Amino acid sequence: MARLRFHIRYPEEKIPEPILYEIGQEYQVVPSIRRADVRETTGWMDVEFTGEADEIDKAIQGLRTKGCIVDPIELNVVE
Amino acid sequence: MTKKMQSLVCRECGKEYPTQDIHVCELCFGPLEVKYDYTAIKQVMTKEKILSGPPSLWRYADLLPVEGTNYVGLHAGYTPLVHAKNLGHFLGLDHLYIKNDCVNHPTLSFKDRVVAVAMTRARELGFETVACASTGNLANSVSAHAASAGMACYVFIPGDLEAAKVLGNLIYKPNVVEIEGNYDDVNRLCSEIAGERRWAFVNINIRPYYAEGSKTLAFETVEQLGWRAPDQVVVPMASGSLLTKIWKGLKEFEKIGLVDSVPTKVNGAQAEGCSPIATAHLNGRDFFKPVKPKTIAKSLAIGNPADGYYALKATAETQGAMDMVTDEEIVESIKLLAQTEGIFAETAGGVTIGVLQKLVKKGHIKRNDVTVAYITGNGLKTQEAVVDAVGRPFRIQPHLSHFTKTFGIEEQA
Repeated sequence: MARLRFHIRYPEEKIPEPILYEIGQEYQVVPSIRRADVRETTGWMDVEFTGEADEIDKAIQGLRTKGCIVDPIELNVVE
Repeated sequence: MTKKMQSLVCRECGKEYPTQDIHVCELCFGPLEVKYDYTAIKQVMTKEKILSGPPSLWRYADLLPVEGTNYVGLHAGYTPLVHAKNLGHFLGLDHLYIKNDCVNHPTLSFKDRVVAVAMTRARELGFETVACASTGNLANSVSAHAASAGMACYVFIPGDLEAAKVLGNLIYKPNVVEIEGNYDDVNRLCSEIAGERRWAFVNINIRPYYAEGSKTLAFETVEQLGWRAPDQVVVPMASGSLLTKIWKGLKEFEKIGLVDSVPTKVNGAQAEGCSPIATAHLNGRDFFKPVKPKTIAKSLAIGNPADGYYALKATAETQGAMDMVTDEEIVESIKLLAQTEGIFAETAGGVTIGVLQKLVKKGHIKRNDVTVAYITGNGLKTQEAVVDAVGRPFRIQPHLSHFTKTFGIEEQA
């Protein structure tokens, strides 16, 4: 089992949708939210996914397909 | 030596960790930073001790996150603070200073500061291999320091990087890895490798120590101003870390009694083509929205800045300001600095000077303010940005008459 950490940002129009719940239903991953800030116009979450590495990859692709921006927990590391 | 480093502490929840190679809080995933014992440091760090120290950033070792004295990067820091009288006259400022990291050693950018500290700490933690993901200055600095320290080195770069920048790494013979894919692909892969290998990725798992090196810009500023904090600083922002650490450095000097007060307004500068932090500030927000960078100021082109939130906080706390400049304004500002002070800055320097001008015009920076603008890299590294904007040489035949005619001056008898 792998445990990987991500910073997920939601586009404004997706904020009311239960995206993380849907991802947990669609893929064999367990999301654990550690920190989040969701407002009317923006929202982000720092999340740890537990599951098989391939399944986490698919879940991340799923999030991107739903319009989320998914970055490593460190955000941009290329300087 | 005093046990000055107490722990790594989460900037969000305050949970403490031992001073090892970790960078994210296991509990809330917040970033970690070094916590010091300022009472102990105050006992040993005096003006006299600093003044008798080496002419490098290591004169401030008591406030840097290293335990011993086996330093990497012996010549980084202690760069000139230039009283910029000509540029000041042009802008209407009586006390303008340029902190000139164009001449930082060994690779002519402020990154030599953070890399010297990161690699010293990495070696203390037992690492034999260092690495980074970079599009320019950071890679140059890591490669050069690794060569001198005799450490194995991996530098990850996007596959479409300019030839000159690739050469600037290859000359030091690190393992340069070009990654096929876009910026996000490079970012993701490097984060994954950092999590998997026992390597010192200077700006990932060593980041709490790496970032502290930026404080030395503040320490030097205070010392070079005659042990006083400036009224205003203008700092270029990429990740936002530099701005937050300059502010931290000023406050640390106050904490240990090396400066009486810190009235400094901390101002941030970004390029319009990548301005998530400045845009948030100008819109009165305490959060930023990530952007896809499109600017000639590539050393500042971080669209999702890790310290953006903290930079906004530092600027708000000090009643500072932020602003942004277009690519055209960057080029004009590079020329202005060169032609008034003889300092050829890279594009990030153009951003700083351009925003300095704007903040003066807006009345935020006033004539009598002691103002320091931070120039973080050498213009020889980004010549392509100005190549079409500096004109051509006068071309003449090899005859004295051609010369005098060209310049409208008379031949001397």
